[in-house]
Amino acid sequence: MHELSIAMGIVDGAAETARDYPGQRVEIVHLILGELSGVVKEALMFSYELACAHTPLEGSRLQIEEVKAAIHCDECGVDEEVRSIQDMRCSICSRPSPNVVRGRELMIESLELSDEYAAAVS
Amino acid sequence: MQPRLVEVRRNVLKHNDVLAADLRRRFAEANVFVASLVSSPGTGKTEFLEKTLTLLRPAARVAALVGDLATANDAIRLERSGVPVRQITTGTICHLEAQMIDTAMANWDLNDLDVLFIENVGNLVCPSSYDLGEALRIVMMSVTEGEDKPLKYPTIFNTADVAVITKMDLAAAAEFDLEMARASIEAVRPGIDIIEVSAKTGFGMDRWIEYLNSQTKTSAAAAA
Repeated sequence: MHELSIAMGIVDGAAETARDYPGQRVEIVHLILGELSGVVKEALMFSYELACAHTPLEGSRLQIEEVKAAIHCDECGVDEEVRSIQDMRCSICSRPSPNVVRGRELMIESLELSDEYAAAVS
Repeated sequence: MQPRLVEVRRNVLKHNDVLAADLRRRFAEANVFVASLVSSPGTGKTEFLEKTLTLLRPAARVAALVGDLATANDAIRLERSGVPVRQITTGTICHLEAQMIDTAMANWDLNDLDVLFIENVGNLVCPSSYDLGEALRIVMMSVTEGEDKPLKYPTIFNTADVAVITKMDLAAAAEFDLEMARASIEAVRPGIDIIEVSAKTGFGMDRWIEYLNSQTKTSAAAAA
């Protein structure tokens, strides 16, 4: 299981961005997670809280948007989801394709920040 | 006050990716072909690598980095092939990262090498997320592991460039269904090259070396 080190990477990346916004607190980290990223959502959620402890991200929430694997289908000429990651064929015409165009994402999409003082009194 | 939304669009493994890209550039500049091996524990990576190093050695300057949680046993084994070998012990970490490759290569002059192998920690899950700067990722499974292994670990098979099925000398005893295994690999990674070998008997190793030579030539031509 490597989700804890991935979670620590998320915390580091988010903290680095947050440094440009002094006096602001990170409420939510929006993450894009592809189903071929090799990272398990549940394990990552579990690890996130641990990774946040004693960092500026403590108390923040991780929101994950999952992305289905998609290939470029030469036959259909479009990017199309696969039937499943155990069956990497175009879900329209059923032809196999090795050209993965989506599904490997492991990316911090955005942060939601709030005023530190407002958060403290609310 | 409304929360402020700040766009980040940053890859979580950015540090690893940047370092891996730098390694790949250095390997290409020095004309070193780098291949990594991934499999479950016990598939036979080390045996396969030992035979591969021995077969390549007369014609090419080869070296190997080998990752394990603990012990230098694999490095000691691989040294028998007479090539430079370094062990990377990861402690509790279940995969290799680009930084470990960079550190382990300290004092090696890349200009003295033609081919470098990186044997990852035995694990079919975690290594899939980490680029090591390799030109070729070799995923391996043995005939005793079950024909549907690729369906259980689709990500690592999908990110590989070639699949090697090992321990073919045990195929009959394990009632291994080669066609089913090939279909499983093809389902998760359409079009991938699949090579069956037995490092013990030498079966298929000539075809493997031929494949490897074709890849190093393609890579050198692309770099030129």
